[in-house]
Amino acid sequence: MTQKEALFQYCLRLGDNALILGHRLSEWCSRAPFIEEDLALTNMSLDMIGRAQALLKYAAEVEGSGKTEDDLAYRRPEPKYFNHLITEQPNGDFAHTIARQLYISTFEYYFYSDLEKSKDKTLAAIASKAIKEVKYHLQHAADWTIRLGDGTEESRNRMQKAISDLWMWSGELFEMDEVENSLLKDGIAVDLIPIKALWSNHIKQVLTEATLNMPEEDYMQTGSRKGIHTENLGHILSEMQYLQRAYPDAKW
Amino acid sequence: MVTQQVDTQQVFDWISDIPDPEIPVISIKDLGMLRQVEFDNNNYVVTITPTYTACPAMKMIEDEILGKLHQHNIDNVKVKLTYEPAWTTDWLTEEAKLKMKNYGIAPPQHSSCSKLFSTAETVVCPRCNSKHTEMISRFGSTACKSLYKCVDCKEPFEHFKCH
Repeated sequence: MTQKEALFQYCLRLGDNALILGHRLSEWCSRAPFIEEDLALTNMSLDMIGRAQALLKYAAEVEGSGKTEDDLAYRRPEPKYFNHLITEQPNGDFAHTIARQLYISTFEYYFYSDLEKSKDKTLAAIASKAIKEVKYHLQHAADWTIRLGDGTEESRNRMQKAISDLWMWSGELFEMDEVENSLLKDGIAVDLIPIKALWSNHIKQVLTEATLNMPEEDYMQTGSRKGIHTENLGHILSEMQYLQRAYPDAKW
Repeated sequence: MVTQQVDTQQVFDWISDIPDPEIPVISIKDLGMLRQVEFDNNNYVVTITPTYTACPAMKMIEDEILGKLHQHNIDNVKVKLTYEPAWTTDWLTEEAKLKMKNYGIAPPQHSSCSKLFSTAETVVCPRCNSKHTEMISRFGSTACKSLYKCVDCKEPFEHFKCH
């Protein structure tokens, strides 16, 4: 794998994470518990899709085959998508969406803080924008986790169930393969080993305040680095890509 | 060969009063979104930066810039989007903050340095100046604002987030 191929793959992974989670969050539009929350979830969705646009645009530049960010978003099939499996998990109840946000936003907070120091100027610039937005996402997720966990018996049970149900998708956030390792050598990629410890500490801190139990180390799901997904991604893409598949190059 | 007809500073001045589409009392220059104008390869290159990565106003601002310069018979214009350096509320002038307040939006208090889990900043009601306010939601009608209410005058209002 050349450095160019590794960088292309790295940008796709980051872009796909943002795009698929952005799509999932957009599904809450008009369905949230109340209007302010509807705005919050769709605002975060917008942040994600904006970040995906920047990252996929850069991926297309790196690849250099004349594609655009739209080609990458709308014309790749499932096995060519590399988003973390946790991003494609269904929204579930509100507690599941919040647990997913807590795991991912905590990861992104430490990840993008570090990517800001990347030797790749474009990635560093995108990271310095993203980190400001991620702080809001993380505060939002932590506030809700604490409010629901330390709330009624019903809200506590649901929040605990969501935290436990999604746990097995969290291990994949810290997987490193030849893409990360070769870019890490050049000071471009983020080292995920120290991030894992920071992530665990912060999750534990929030869960403790929320009177919830931290799940124990367990079997972790994996596959997305190789393009292997859960059945959920196909359904997302069939909806997201429908128009460009049915009417290629359609514009309005 | 197109020569540089006018000074880049003049071009900058012509477009600097274009209003922000969301907060029309403030210009794109006041907000710090308009970064610079250069003359390069026979084109005026206008560099703008988004407040938020997905700021949906960017296309509209680009169209406004092209339209405004067209009125001055300048059509060799390219609008360039940059993320570096990242936009921050530190670039808002005191005058811009005052205009924002008079428009009914509580301006950001200070810099972008909002620390994670720091105690929430005191947001002053733009209508009655009370410090007795509560956050309703971190996210408002646009990506750059959050929702508050004033406990004293009971009015809801928007706060331009520190960023």
